[in-house]
Amino acid sequence: MKILVCIKQVPDMESRFKVNSSGDWYSDADLAFRINEYDEYAVEQAVQLREQQGDSCELTVLSIGPDRVQEAIKKALAMGCDRGVHIQDNDVHKKDPWQIASIIAAYAKGKGYDLIFTGMQSQDRGSAQVGVTVAELLGHACATTLVGFEYADGAVKAKRELEGGVKGVVRLKIPALVTCQLGLNIPRYPTLPNIMKAKKKEIEAVPVASLLGEQPLSVTASFYPPAKKGGGIVLEGDVADLSDKLISILKEKTAVLR
Amino acid sequence: MKALLIGEYREGKLLDNIYELVAFAGKLGADVSMVLVGDAANVPKVNGNLHLADVGKYGEYNPSAHRDLVVEAVQKENPDYIVFPHSSYGWDLAPRVAAKLKVAQVSEVVGLNDGNLEVGSCNAKMRRTVKPAAGKVVVTLQAGAFSYQGEQQGTPTISPLEVTGSADVEFIGYEPAEAKDVDLTKAEIIVSAGRGIGKKDNIPVIAALAKAFGGELGASRPVVDAGWVEHSHQVGTTGQTVSPKLYVACGISGAIQHLAGMKKSDFIVAINKDKDAPIGEVADVLIVADVLQFAPALTAKLQG
Repeated sequence: MKILVCIKQVPDMESRFKVNSSGDWYSDADLAFRINEYDEYAVEQAVQLREQQGDSCELTVLSIGPDRVQEAIKKALAMGCDRGVHIQDNDVHKKDPWQIASIIAAYAKGKGYDLIFTGMQSQDRGSAQVGVTVAELLGHACATTLVGFEYADGAVKAKRELEGGVKGVVRLKIPALVTCQLGLNIPRYPTLPNIMKAKKKEIEAVPVASLLGEQPLSVTASFYPPAKKGGGIVLEGDVADLSDKLISILKEKTAVLR
Repeated sequence: MKALLIGEYREGKLLDNIYELVAFAGKLGADVSMVLVGDAANVPKVNGNLHLADVGKYGEYNPSAHRDLVVEAVQKENPDYIVFPHSSYGWDLAPRVAAKLKVAQVSEVVGLNDGNLEVGSCNAKMRRTVKPAAGKVVVTLQAGAFSYQGEQQGTPTISPLEVTGSADVEFIGYEPAEAKDVDLTKAEIIVSAGRGIGKKDNIPVIAALAKAFGGELGASRPVVDAGWVEHSHQVGTTGQTVSPKLYVACGISGAIQHLAGMKKSDFIVAINKDKDAPIGEVADVLIVADVLQFAPALTAKLQG
């Protein structure tokens, strides 16, 4: 069995974002990067399936971006992926979801992946398109927003998360692609021996130009912080004072403390 | 300008989010037509062509068939905009339609800005405007971003919609939401814990504050996913939607899915170290502080 997991490296969402000089994305400077949270669940599920299938199975992790994304690939290797693919692209933020999906599909085409895992969306761009579009381009069955995954006898039984806590149970035959939702599993922390082992694993470098054949279908026109709606009171200072202030505000403006 | 709106049908019912799509089309000044995989007894109260496919034949979740049905309706209507709700149905189906048509998709649109589409970015901390290439565009709309008022009164002109082809995903069934041991929808005061509290061991600090207020403990999704609190306490799109008299958000950054579940609360207090956290957008009072210092101080004052 061959498995592919696609991951994106994103900034820590607690960061303060600054607009870059071309005004179309954030500036990379001063940001700490990590694996997109949704993709960590994808990696964990892929590694669990790899363990279930044993050594006849090969699990590849793929990421697109500048050299820094190798850190994300290395973490996925330390979690248990067998080999890495770094699609080198310093202008990844200028590509739209259609181009990103077409790059991944161009890499995956003809390689016989039985299952492809992605996160359901990225935390920074949040289009929730790339995984599904890859499946369409490859002609694979696809289900999104998984909170449950079981594999047996050439088919995936998946639980999709719907609104209000309801779930939809579906079955799809391989080759298939699934997109992973938060809470699907508990992503493991790489152990020190596995981090050391990961250093010896291969990371194949592929220039993006060799895979990109599509023009963008959309472009970013502008990027900016949302206008503050205002109205709310902002309080800072000593916690004891803040407590008194909040209690008097609540007494004045709500009926809950009377 | 023409907009084709895609209705969502779940467990035998048409969902109301179709009317948010109508509101979006109204903002565009577009003529409306619709697609629904449903049944004739349960159609949108909206004027315009409705291409109706039989849910008994195609099922409620059958992505390849639904994709082909929407594409068939696109060929009949030739719309400029193909509009889905950004829901578990919409985000699953829209990219399939966009890929088949090879047109741009813009996801989770919150507004229109100078002819471009405005979307959230970086966990709602930033905004982006997106310009699609000339021609058709597929959009999904953030829940609640385009609101409609009043009772809908229209009557659609129904024509049957059919395609051939087999399903590549088999729908087995729905699994109901877990039973709730707390009904947060009835609580007057909710004090919710978010990831900012740091670890499970700090839950009692927030629970103590909830108790001091005489309220219930709520939680954001990451806290529930991490197993710090039971799912029945989760507030947000995939948990409970609440509107208490007082909502206190402790260390919650304010992801859109959480805001959607609590922004109708009468009074919102947020405690967060990050002054720029999106929760500040809906808070009546934002306390900029370490919640682990502030919450015990407030608890003590309330008890004293």
